[in-house]
Amino acid sequence: MSETIYGPVTDWATDFDHGSPAYNNNIHQIWDDLKAADLVKEIAYDPTRFSSLTPVVQQLKPSEALLEDPDALGAPIGPVPPISSDPPFHADARRLLLPAFSPKVIDPLRKEVEEICNKLIDDMGDVDAIDAAVQYTQHIPVLVVAQMVGLPLSDADRFRGWVDMVLGGIGAERSEERLAQFMAMDEYLTKHIEEHIANPQDDLTSYLLDAEIFGEKLSPRHVFGTILLLIIAGIDTTWSGIGSSLWHLASNPVDRRRLVENPGKIPMAVEEFLRAYAPVTMARMVTDDMEFHGVQMKKEDRVLLPFPAANRDENQFANPAVVDIEREENRHAAFGLGIHRCIGSNLARLEMNVAIEVFLKRFPDFELDTTEQVTWSTGQVRGPRNLPFKIKARG
Amino acid sequence: MRVHVDSSKCQGHNRCYALAPELFDVDDLGNAFELNDGIVPSGLEDKARLAVANCPEFAITIED
Repeated sequence: MSETIYGPVTDWATDFDHGSPAYNNNIHQIWDDLKAADLVKEIAYDPTRFSSLTPVVQQLKPSEALLEDPDALGAPIGPVPPISSDPPFHADARRLLLPAFSPKVIDPLRKEVEEICNKLIDDMGDVDAIDAAVQYTQHIPVLVVAQMVGLPLSDADRFRGWVDMVLGGIGAERSEERLAQFMAMDEYLTKHIEEHIANPQDDLTSYLLDAEIFGEKLSPRHVFGTILLLIIAGIDTTWSGIGSSLWHLASNPVDRRRLVENPGKIPMAVEEFLRAYAPVTMARMVTDDMEFHGVQMKKEDRVLLPFPAANRDENQFANPAVVDIEREENRHAAFGLGIHRCIGSNLARLEMNVAIEVFLKRFPDFELDTTEQVTWSTGQVRGPRNLPFKIKARG
Repeated sequence: MRVHVDSSKCQGHNRCYALAPELFDVDDLGNAFELNDGIVPSGLEDKARLAVANCPEFAITIED
């Protein structure tokens, strides 16, 4: 997708889409009344009335999509398990993945992430102007996820293109070109899985192919969906989280200096960046006609779970509009709430912490280059896609 | 002071384990539980309160 330039996000609580009229025109419903933290929580906790079948809003309703692709996995599995799954299937599909993302498995990856971050900065050369999104944030999660799933690192640009297509394409035309891209992605991942069936590797793809659910091996369609999920959900979310954090630090020299002088404060600051600039809004599908807190909902309506808005609810957070990098009470919902808590949250946190730590160490002083434009993604994942920085000091 | 993780509420955000590893541990699935029957050694009370204040699912309680 071609990058569109939109102005900076100024309202994180009510602006679901800060720039694209196409997004608002095509989305089925945005329940503006339902953005308070307790309502977001109530929806997240109620998979019976709010299904996860389509966590990203699409133009077609699920019943229409099924007519186009009868092989697609319907409820309760969904096309990309477990994020698209509902109980009771969900718990089993999720349990398969949880051990691979537990903190004790993820924490030891710190050194690898540090190496990735340092190399990206080395590759920038001795310049005093960089685009931190293009040259830094966008690469970190792609390289980490590719390594986990066992995909060649040299194909990283292709995955990123697909992520853009899937997540950024809500308002896009259902064009021939888009279908061709989907086909190419399908072929690529199918080949990747076939190669792993023939030659098992020590990676997550082989782990999934070997895993069993209800006493049977996972279907290739299930493995395909989960790999696709890891690529889509693991990449531009974290890329956005790192980007928004660096954008904040470029615009707030006091906070930047505090973290440069005291890197031990970075983990708390990361939680505040996650609260204030939560990158992800998920969607749920209404399972039956009903009234919910006075809002009439129809079967197959989409409901957004605006975690960024919930994170700025004044009933939940003191001074929610203030970004306080030492905020002590911080029950933010950036990784969701309830049974679908982001399974990659430990990995995302590790990547954010290391990315910020390394960046501040190598570039202790930087600021936004105001002669260039900061651009932001559209759709349900929000973060900077261009971050022009002037580098003023090197560590 | 004692802490307790309600395992029916815990969704594995792992905030408690990150903030107070002296008081909490996690199993292979990433679900948290309290160590040492939840007894908070003196000097770690603030860490216990911090864990409570950062649990998105309100799964941790403190008994004085």
